[in-house]
Amino acid sequence: MRRSVVTGIGVIAPGGGSREEFWQRIVGGKPAIRRISRFDPEPFRSQIAAECDFDPFAYGLTPQEVRRMDRFALLALACADEAFADSELDRSSLDHERMGVSLGSAVGSTIRLEDEYVVASNGGKDWVVDPTHVGPFLHHALVPSSAATELAVRYGAQGPAAVISTGCTSGIDAIGHAHTLIQDDEADIVIAGASDAPISPITVACFDAIRATSPRNADPEEASRPFDADRQGFVLGEGAAVLIVEELEHAVARSARIYCEITGFAARANSFHMTGLRPDGFELSEAIMDAMDRARLNPEDLDYISAHGSGTKQNDRHETAAYKRALGEAARHIPISSIKSVIGHSLGAIGSIEMAACALAIQRGLVPPTANLTTADPECDLDYTPGVAREVTVDHALSAGSGFGGFQSAMVFSRLEGK
Amino acid sequence: MTRRVVVTGIGAVAPTGLGVAEHWRNTLASASGIAPLPDAEALPVQAAGQVRGFDEAAHLENRLLVQTDRWTWMALAATELALADAAVDPLAEYPFHLSVVTSSASGGNAFGQREIEALYKAGPRSVSAYQSIGWFYAASSGQISIRHRVKGACGVIVSDGAGGIDALAQASRLIRRGSEAVLVGGTEAPLSPYALVCLSSQTTLSRERDPARAYRPFAPDAAGHVPGEGGAMLVVEELRRARLRPAPTVYAEVAGTAATHDAHHHDCAAPDGRQLARAARVALTRAGCGPDDVDVVFADGAGDPAGDVAEKSALAEVFGSRRVPVTVPKTMTGRLSSGGAALDVAWAALSLHHGVIPPTVYEDRPVASGLDLVTEPREAPGLRTALVLARGSGGFNAAAVLRALADH
Repeated sequence: MRRSVVTGIGVIAPGGGSREEFWQRIVGGKPAIRRISRFDPEPFRSQIAAECDFDPFAYGLTPQEVRRMDRFALLALACADEAFADSELDRSSLDHERMGVSLGSAVGSTIRLEDEYVVASNGGKDWVVDPTHVGPFLHHALVPSSAATELAVRYGAQGPAAVISTGCTSGIDAIGHAHTLIQDDEADIVIAGASDAPISPITVACFDAIRATSPRNADPEEASRPFDADRQGFVLGEGAAVLIVEELEHAVARSARIYCEITGFAARANSFHMTGLRPDGFELSEAIMDAMDRARLNPEDLDYISAHGSGTKQNDRHETAAYKRALGEAARHIPISSIKSVIGHSLGAIGSIEMAACALAIQRGLVPPTANLTTADPECDLDYTPGVAREVTVDHALSAGSGFGGFQSAMVFSRLEGK
Repeated sequence: MTRRVVVTGIGAVAPTGLGVAEHWRNTLASASGIAPLPDAEALPVQAAGQVRGFDEAAHLENRLLVQTDRWTWMALAATELALADAAVDPLAEYPFHLSVVTSSASGGNAFGQREIEALYKAGPRSVSAYQSIGWFYAASSGQISIRHRVKGACGVIVSDGAGGIDALAQASRLIRRGSEAVLVGGTEAPLSPYALVCLSSQTTLSRERDPARAYRPFAPDAAGHVPGEGGAMLVVEELRRARLRPAPTVYAEVAGTAATHDAHHHDCAAPDGRQLARAARVALTRAGCGPDDVDVVFADGAGDPAGDVAEKSALAEVFGSRRVPVTVPKTMTGRLSSGGAALDVAWAALSLHHGVIPPTVYEDRPVASGLDLVTEPREAPGLRTALVLARGSGGFNAAAVLRALADH
């Protein structure tokens, strides 16, 4: 079986506009959550978000690109540039036909679609909208695969390209898709990651409507509290991460710096409810066990778990049960943390951002903490690494994701033997 | 031993009809579902492929009608039809051995438009509790999984018009890795007022008013394409399982798939069709055959001069001077984006099963296109191998090779 490794990482997250800034932010455990600045959040129940201070021009993107693309695509491009540079791939000697793109996104160009609609519909008043009042790139916005095209064109990737849009597991699933393409000899290199920029009135309103997001508006930095007894919902975020996923021999042949190997990936669906979760975590535990089997690991081999840890009442309970069922007694001894406590929940993007955190934890021997975990919840009784980062030799890291539609995904990153 | 993938169920919800029988009957009657769009005076696009006689309430319980968009209604109905055609009852299966993979390009756009309108007219409290699950691209896969107790890996792939084949490729990967059966395909419902405006920013859209002349791929004066709604869901299974059940119909084997990207320009495909040709060649290689084995090509049929020239170049590159029969039955439906390639795969499977090539239908079909363009239903008893090509805006290419089973 062909094996896949991570050879480049690019991240833009709230409070961290690069891989290094992101890492410092999450190991420092200081939440990058504030009152929403993009629009007036006063009419909304949840008025806070984890926003990126993202200036696309500072990343070398051109005015044409900024005009053409939604924020989610710009974030993806900027991250891909960092990841590609980090991988030290030489564009002139690449086999472009063996390079693919796998980009996750839950909601695509939602900001652009909403902004343009408001203009074209006379402030939302007209059902039949005026086509003369919209920009020229609205088809790009409607169909999010336009962002995969932007990446393919930018790097000359002529292999398989697609956007993976499984909601909040998109970020893990997109890297899983890249892993599969490499295993099946469909590509040697895949630009893989995810991006979402959902902080817009309609997205805030739709989560308000189901009380999924935290209304703790008075103290934004304390609002994202995964596994804490006083958690009140997730905090909406934005951001992106891109990994260069490469076939092992290909990476070795060019003496690439290898962060880790993708050793296991599995997905399940709970077939229960679009947003609801059964407390037993059964399907998520099945995904975890399958990913562990594929990685040929026992539970006690795991050194770190990057939790989905969204901070909703039901998720954190569901997830804790899943770890116990999948990993047994070992679940009590593995450091777990949710970086959503610091950078919020960026829907489809967060899965890739959390995989980037796993790769960096393996490289650096440090596990980022869960912020705001101050009051124990009897139903969440594992070691969630509260408050302070921990020095741990991480050889194997698991990440879990759970999303709307009932989708459950798990992925294992491992240190390459001898590295 | 490699696990082989076969198509055992087809559910069409398309401008050519509902259900596999009606869809095939209308296909053989060359009955186009492209019709004038109502209230289109202000729009650049005047005609579209429209699904007629679709009574969503006959297929779906009220809860789903309220919670989901028309695009998901069509996906759910198509799935139900495909399962019935395959005689598969998911509730009698081990749920972790089943998967769902759909393709979507425009999500629940009508649902989304309605809720954004509500937000701006009446404020956040008037936004539906179902907005968060109604419009996003994963809604159809999620709802199908819930409705039919599917608990294996599920997927949602976006690559515009190539998506139907990319989803089929993913279903094949899942079956090779151990899934028993996958519900796979795509539907699209992009005829809401706002989605039509979004589609209108495509320069390749036809401005022609006459539905019979609006979408004419490979015609020398092709005017562009018309959009459409609908698509197909398929049941694909591992071959031995399908034979053991036994499945009432094994339409065809999914023998090989491939995907490439032009990586040429953000808004237009490469003029040379080289990556489209490569997708076809790689799919044929994976299917263990070559261009000479292909009995019919279901072309992508862009319908705009540049896209048609690129595809003809690709066909010439793959087939050389050989005149292989080429058909574009989507001339009866318009281009359905993610639903389009799914429906083309259904057509190819039906074609192999019945030994008939479905026709390309529009006014003034060219006699001198340089292609053997099939313009009437053509009996082809020895039909064994079909190549399906699909492209998505921006430069996505996909190819699938379907093959009749030897003992069939």
